[in-house]
Amino acid sequence: MSAVDFLFWVFAVLSVGGGLSMVFSKHPVSAAMFMIVSLVAIAALFVLLDAFFLAVLQVLVYAGAVMVLFLFIIMLLDVGPNAAKQKIVHWKVGILGLLSSISLVFVLFLLGGEAGYIWSPDSESPWPDPKLGVSSAEDILPFSTNVSSFGYGLMTKYMLPVQISGFMLLAAMIGVIILSKKSDPRENDS
Amino acid sequence: MLTVTPQHFLLLSFLLIGIGFLGLLVRRNVLLMLMSLELMLNGINVALLTFSRVGYNLDGGILVFFIMTVAAAEVAVGLALLVALYKKRKTVLSDDMGLLRN
Repeated sequence: MSAVDFLFWVFAVLSVGGGLSMVFSKHPVSAAMFMIVSLVAIAALFVLLDAFFLAVLQVLVYAGAVMVLFLFIIMLLDVGPNAAKQKIVHWKVGILGLLSSISLVFVLFLLGGEAGYIWSPDSESPWPDPKLGVSSAEDILPFSTNVSSFGYGLMTKYMLPVQISGFMLLAAMIGVIILSKKSDPRENDS
Repeated sequence: MLTVTPQHFLLLSFLLIGIGFLGLLVRRNVLLMLMSLELMLNGINVALLTFSRVGYNLDGGILVFFIMTVAAAEVAVGLALLVALYKKRKTVLSDDMGLLRN
């Protein structure tokens, strides 16, 4: 077992354990903290998968922006374990949820577990060299660790999705502004 | 060099999706449900990057990029909806939000 494998196991346990602790923690703030542990461990797994740019983005966007937004809202709404009486769910709901999520994992592994075997069998490692740098067809973006190839792909093959997601961000921003606007006191009657 | 197989990464990603689904089903706090959604999206990201790396194709990585964008926008809108709902109903528990039931 090499050092990189050891890192994989450490971060796999951290991400799954952080996720489980997030689901089962009483206080929303500690849930957010466990979620940050899980997200940073997932970013480390991205590094193991040679996606350095996406690992940086994961830390910046998720752990930096999204979870700060969550913590901000948790503290703004003041939903501690005492403020909102967090009754435990009915045990039937818990058992059904556990069963359905276990069966979801089972079905996913049944359907998608074989898809990891797509490497060519004559190469001894399933992970191709990231510095291979050749592509067979023209319209296939080869895997690369560079940020510039991300930019190239975004600006050529994925130009329309980039513009659509920009428009979606604008729509989300306008929607959030309208939602959080102070409502008119004359129609505030409910 | 990695000697863990892509299967390990895929099983990890499926486990993350399952944990997120479990949280979405059993938690009643809407904030926790949104966090569980984020965890499911992250599990999907791990699977996509594994496919991208093994299949030697950058499309999966770029899809992860778009998923991050959509998740950030989704969280912003969801939390704004939750704050607007909290102003009216003074609760964040999904059981107390049955407007049509009672």
